[in-house]
Amino acid sequence: MIQKVLIANRGEIARRIIRTCKRLGIATVAVYSEADVKALYVGEADEAVAIGPPPVAQSYLNIPAILEAAKVTSATAVHPGYGLMSENADFAQACIDAGLIFIGPSPEAIRRMGSKVEARSTVRESGVRVVPGSDGPVPNADTAAGLAGDIGYPVMLKASYGGGGIGMQAVADEASLRQAFASNQGRAKAYFGNGEMFLEKQIVNPRHVEIQVLFDREGHGVHLGERECSIQRRHQKVVEEAPSTALTPELRSEMGRAAVTIGRAIGYEGAGTVEFLLDADHRYYFLEMNTRLQVEHPVTEFVTGLDLVELQLSIADGQPLPLRQDEIQLRGHAIECRIYAEDPVRMLPSPGTISLLTLPEGPGIRNDVGVASQSEVSSYYDPMIGKLITYGETRAEATARMLQALSEYRIEGIKSNLPLLQKIVSAPAFAAGEVNTAFIEKLLKD
Amino acid sequence: MARVEATMAGTVFNVLVSEGDTVKSGDDVVVLESMKMEVPVSAEDSGTVRKIHVQAGDFVNEGDALVDIES
Repeated sequence: MIQKVLIANRGEIARRIIRTCKRLGIATVAVYSEADVKALYVGEADEAVAIGPPPVAQSYLNIPAILEAAKVTSATAVHPGYGLMSENADFAQACIDAGLIFIGPSPEAIRRMGSKVEARSTVRESGVRVVPGSDGPVPNADTAAGLAGDIGYPVMLKASYGGGGIGMQAVADEASLRQAFASNQGRAKAYFGNGEMFLEKQIVNPRHVEIQVLFDREGHGVHLGERECSIQRRHQKVVEEAPSTALTPELRSEMGRAAVTIGRAIGYEGAGTVEFLLDADHRYYFLEMNTRLQVEHPVTEFVTGLDLVELQLSIADGQPLPLRQDEIQLRGHAIECRIYAEDPVRMLPSPGTISLLTLPEGPGIRNDVGVASQSEVSSYYDPMIGKLITYGETRAEATARMLQALSEYRIEGIKSNLPLLQKIVSAPAFAAGEVNTAFIEKLLKD
Repeated sequence: MARVEATMAGTVFNVLVSEGDTVKSGDDVVVLESMKMEVPVSAEDSGTVRKIHVQAGDFVNEGDALVDIES
């Protein structure tokens, strides 16, 4: 039985994990950088250990400091949250080597899904469709042009070491491919010190639909339905919901089975998410697997009535899954809005001190936030400061609650994306359930 | 003299030009980083880089001078 969990994370997700641990009578240990001394989660954990200066490389990614914190507090398990160390196979292995339970899959499963090339080949062998692409670096524009001719235009050119959309471009024909190859390679080299490029077929304006899976140690796996995550900016999710307006019960079962097949193929254990792109003809393509808890897991918790952190803990404890696939019922509709500390128009980060924070309340409203009035939002960390989740018996009810809740939400002292969220959720296209990855771009243009 | 200013608060991730370089309008001159996001800042005017006010690792506030360009 897990008695004390060290949470190797910060902000809202650390608070979220502490909440479930408290309910189950499990002790918690927070770790924090110098920038997070006054953070809410630090005060809420039973114990807290300082692990270093503000930059993540010296604190939240500092494996020896985190393991030492576990040792001095006698923690028996580590929950990595999302981001940071959650998909770091070396960290998972180091926890195991230190005699700790890592709450997540095996280092081997993390590694296999973390390598884009290996994940694609594993998934293809299991019989699930992947986005056609180069399966590795493309050395020059000639090779790229040859390959793109085989796959068919349009293709996406991507920098292997890129981020934030830099070094990434969609191209419609060979001439623009040749031009884009040199310029993106140059940009990637200047920004990231490595100009390695690869390419994939572009699925035009797809939906991004992901399936939540759970596997116990015996290899029994179930899926908990989908989350619709198409509304994104810079390839980061902004609004998510469950269920998706695009899935029929048949397609949900089929994608669910595909996700469970993939998990089984890599001997997955714990909670995980298989991300798919869904094209206009409702063909789905494997995109990647996230071998951890997702930011947007609350929408699944609302429609299934389950606590995913509790399930992660019991699986890590060696318990069998408490329910079979036919016992999982999806009920109602849930929507999540991510609250970002950023300028709502230019969508650029806006760090600073929150002078006032007032959260909406009422039936069917859940707030997962990492901050309060007077909290410092540091430029060292992710701009997401919280999540607002609403539930309704129908999608219309969940939407109405979300609009009401957004109108009551107050953040002062820093800029936030609240005006953008209101614009998204009140858009006729959102009400109609017509969403895809170009939603925000189109909304801002109209 | 045209001044290129920081578009957000954060850290200077990379300076892409040197003093004396010729730049065209729209060229990226500095990359800023804040909240895990790298944001390129570009020159609004063409000209010669006269002065660089920052180096990689510096913290800047929105509106701080990054680079001076003489057209």
